[in-house]
Amino acid sequence: MTNTNQPLPHAPDMTEQDNAETLCEQVRQAYRERSPLRIVGGDTRAFYGRAVEGRALSTLEHRGIVHYDPVELVVSVRAGTRLSDLEAALAHHNQMLPFEPPRFGEASTIGGAVATGLSGPRRPWAGAVRDFVLGTRVITQEGKLLRFGGEVMKNVAGYDFSRLMAGAQGTLGVLSEISFKVLPRPNATHSLRLTMPIDEALKKLAELGRKPLPITAAAWHDGGLHLRLEGGQSSVKATHERLGGDSLDASFWQELRDHSLSFFQGTGDKALWRLSLPPNSGTLALPGVQENEVLYDWGGSQRWVKTSVDAETLRRLCQEAGGHATCYTAHQNGGAIEPFTPLNPVVAKYHRNLKRELDTYAIFNPGRLYAEF
Amino acid sequence: MNIHFDERLDGELTVIDKAEVLADLQNASPDLILLHREEDLHPFECDGLAAYRVLPMLVAMPETFEQVQTLLKRCHHLGVPVVTRGAGTGLSGGALPLEKGVLLVMSRFSKILGVDPDARLARVQPGVRNLAISEAAAPYGLYYAPDPSSQIACSIGGNVAENAGGVHCLKYGLTVHNVMRLDILTIEGEPMTLGSEALDAPGFDLLALMNGSEGMLGVVTEITVKLLPKPETAKVLMASFDDVEKAGRAVGDIIAAGIIPGGLEMMDNLAIRAAEDFIRAGYPVDAEAILLCELDGVEEDVNDDCATVRRVLEAAGATDIQQARDDAERAKFWAGRKNAFPAVGRMSPDYYCMDGTIPRRELPRVLKGIAALSEESGLRVANVFHAGDGNMHPLILFDANQEGELELAEDVGGKILELCVAAGGSITGEHGVGREKINQMCSQFKPDELTVFHALKAAFDPKRLLNPGKNIPTLARCAEFGAMHVHNNELPHPELPRF
Repeated sequence: MTNTNQPLPHAPDMTEQDNAETLCEQVRQAYRERSPLRIVGGDTRAFYGRAVEGRALSTLEHRGIVHYDPVELVVSVRAGTRLSDLEAALAHHNQMLPFEPPRFGEASTIGGAVATGLSGPRRPWAGAVRDFVLGTRVITQEGKLLRFGGEVMKNVAGYDFSRLMAGAQGTLGVLSEISFKVLPRPNATHSLRLTMPIDEALKKLAELGRKPLPITAAAWHDGGLHLRLEGGQSSVKATHERLGGDSLDASFWQELRDHSLSFFQGTGDKALWRLSLPPNSGTLALPGVQENEVLYDWGGSQRWVKTSVDAETLRRLCQEAGGHATCYTAHQNGGAIEPFTPLNPVVAKYHRNLKRELDTYAIFNPGRLYAEF
Repeated sequence: MNIHFDERLDGELTVIDKAEVLADLQNASPDLILLHREEDLHPFECDGLAAYRVLPMLVAMPETFEQVQTLLKRCHHLGVPVVTRGAGTGLSGGALPLEKGVLLVMSRFSKILGVDPDARLARVQPGVRNLAISEAAAPYGLYYAPDPSSQIACSIGGNVAENAGGVHCLKYGLTVHNVMRLDILTIEGEPMTLGSEALDAPGFDLLALMNGSEGMLGVVTEITVKLLPKPETAKVLMASFDDVEKAGRAVGDIIAAGIIPGGLEMMDNLAIRAAEDFIRAGYPVDAEAILLCELDGVEEDVNDDCATVRRVLEAAGATDIQQARDDAERAKFWAGRKNAFPAVGRMSPDYYCMDGTIPRRELPRVLKGIAALSEESGLRVANVFHAGDGNMHPLILFDANQEGELELAEDVGGKILELCVAAGGSITGEHGVGREKINQMCSQFKPDELTVFHALKAAFDPKRLLNPGKNIPTLARCAEFGAMHVHNNELPHPELPRF
């Protein structure tokens, strides 16, 4: 068991820069010219979603922490700030972004993390990106910098535009600044591996899930259930003793989060898919998929699959199980044409309406999510 | 400035004969219960914000999905506004009817459709009471976390509409954090599923947008909520302070110690006395402030945290610290807090409850401001505070039978909210804007920001038929409101017509 309650000795050195006005002007120009923009931070997530044709609008010069008050549990940060810099600044005060945003490269920015809305292994227990977004500053199609939400924990004034921006992949506006709720890092952590087949692991997870245990990550791969315990010293120790198993290096979770585990290396001619399924879903019979081509994360709710099964079949199977499937391999590298599960006609209609209201001339990342928006 | 619906400021409503609407709806949906006689409408003329009352044109009480769908389609066709109502406990007038509108009462949708203990989900209809979900989940050792003080009466549909909170938000989140999936009907009567039983869904996060949208984007017909395992244990500490500011600082000290309490509440002397007089919770009536700090989780951790919090409170200058000896005493400590509103209600013929939020560090300054407003107006103000997440509930005591006192209370309330906005906070943390805070929205948001809100509304309901006039003020209303707050002789929004 490791004690994580040790602040780093120095805050990271971060040059900050407010480039909002330049970004607004670039958007105003694009709006006047009706010319599309490809919003880009560290450009580490371009594989996620459809390819966007457009002039690059870089957030990288718009960076730095605007305001951080550890006692308020709130940090406000410019979109172009590197994830690694932000997380180091939080760690200096023994705090963290609870949703564990993946980094697909050192250049990953917080703006990209929020725009793509991806969360790491702690997600089922702590919440997703959007759950920790308290407020945003957004550049609208007219190039106006507007503020939604704020730096307080509770705020129900007006519509929750800020959470809508999380995961919208920059198709509704440019994220300029984001305020997050942050949390203290847990006092203690211990990771372990229990050897057991997947069916037994899923049963065990359902059973453990009904108990108030300090579990904050659960993944199954290669014959082993991997668990992370986080919380107070006493409860982590007690749960560790109760569950037993072999000790697991905590770096496993970071490698899982960032897709740097060997499972994710070289999928050959197969595409990498992410299946999102209801909690307590059983194993899916995917044609031609071997057990070692599936990695279960989020206690079984998020599954990574390497397969050449066609998108339609995969999506039908997921839909029947109450979930959906996303292709993580870009189309030009052999992935599906549509990375995201197509929307039903009514839902698509209201997506279209929203896009039309907020991005009338389709200047923001057009076609990134779906061909029509 | 008056908050009554004013068509000149809030937008015109369709002029239509009540008998015609009644006949149309009866014809389209013969089994739908429709109330139309004045004496039957009276029970629905207000929600929990009882100072404002409007008789709706008609009240519809559907029992089936098809009845709701037909009603919406017909109202959309006729251009008749629809105000959706749950249990009617909302405190911001979000379900305040419109004279020219139909009030859609969802209280008959009161079935718990299923509890799945292994997936830790419950599927419920919108009229199910908040507490009933936890009761249904209790046999499995599970519960539904958000617990607004009105949880014995308020319905989950209303909780979604207002993104309701409660005393455990800091640790367990608001409604938006605990709802997995919503089945809704659009104003055109189209069914739409937002979110999923899985942890995400493709496309925009319309689920997040729908939470807290005050019935203005759709009508919720079914809700899937997340259930949590009941914490193994919960312990509560009560600390007394001889100074409100010291109590405020202690809150920050607890968080700074790396502890996220399950609940962290503060009450000032007037609220303490009111609660003690009503509930006999064992509160120290001479204290200037008390903090209630609940720590929950696994037994050993909770014991460690209790010791830490006790040290922090002592260092912060608490004059007395008590730990509830057992669950009965813990329940008693909380009963005082949960009944603080009715307790204050016993001290005064009427009270007006505010809901501003602030960064916690601003607490001393805002409390001073409130005290000054109280003194200036002559109205007493009791302070109840979700201290952990910066959500204040100042209760302004007044007597509506005294000429001008309601207006005075509203004026003080408005100024308190403006204090919160100036401190970097919000006019509402959990009660919603509704009709009550419609004017203060003009203080919190700039016209361009309100325009984005109107665009979101237009994407779902371009004819503005769902709960018109709530939540987002028109620019015309803000211009009128702004005209009463002229700074440096500059009239805001000179381009807009004024009335």
